[in-house]
Amino acid sequence: MNITVDVNELNTEFNVKLKGEIDAYTAPKLRESLFPISEQENVSITIDLTEVSYMDSTGLGVFVGAFKSVRAHNGEFTLVGLSERLRRLFDITGLADIIDIKSGTEGGLE
Amino acid sequence: MSQVYDYIEMKIPAKPEFIGVIRLTLSGIGSRMGFAYDEIEDLKIATSEACTNAVQHAYKDSEKGEVKVSFGLYPDRLEVMVSDSGKSCNFEEVRQGLGPYENGQKVELLREGGLGLYLIETLMDDVKIHQHDGVTVFMTKFLEGEQVEMDAKTVST
Repeated sequence: MNITVDVNELNTEFNVKLKGEIDAYTAPKLRESLFPISEQENVSITIDLTEVSYMDSTGLGVFVGAFKSVRAHNGEFTLVGLSERLRRLFDITGLADIIDIKSGTEGGLE
Repeated sequence: MSQVYDYIEMKIPAKPEFIGVIRLTLSGIGSRMGFAYDEIEDLKIATSEACTNAVQHAYKDSEKGEVKVSFGLYPDRLEVMVSDSGKSCNFEEVRQGLGPYENGQKVELLREGGLGLYLIETLMDDVKIHQHDGVTVFMTKFLEGEQVEMDAKTVST
């Protein structure tokens, strides 16, 4: 019941791999890892959720916050590797139409 | 409606690190009752949202609180109750302005939270919220195949 945040940085491209559960306990840690990156100018952040086994609205809140911050700093924000369960969470909350999302099979093929 | 049921009650400290413990328990209860994988995941999210609300809002000032989670196991459904004895907030007020995001909304105006109650109402079959000395969230999830029959009964009353 924890989360690991693995950040790979190449110039302005950040690949973030998350592993574990995102809930009220782990969301603050995720926020602390993502926000300093999201506040840089012109970054491209790709977050891989392949190994996220659980997520609720606290996780959605962190991603919305990071997404807003990235956009405010002229960057790009993409979520990849979503399971059907996670994808559903973004669909029913309407976030799938707002945030750039690539589900499991599409992830990482660019 | 059957009155015979099994009842399980847990109390956790009002701290976020214990919400995962409730999810583990719920997984066990849900699979024991024969809920499908997706239904158990729905139950886990809805119950976690209720616990998160209790932990984050009810005990904002004093950290020494408890959250009580109880499970009523019926042949056709699971009832989950999450209650705190912290400060009540105005739930009707909270409910307004909630709900899904709308396409075309300005990015800088997107809310960063407040989806918890919306998810509870979306993922569970029936939700009631009672306010007294705290807030109690009652949630019901029917076993697959039972819901249609139950709905038919309630419509006729």
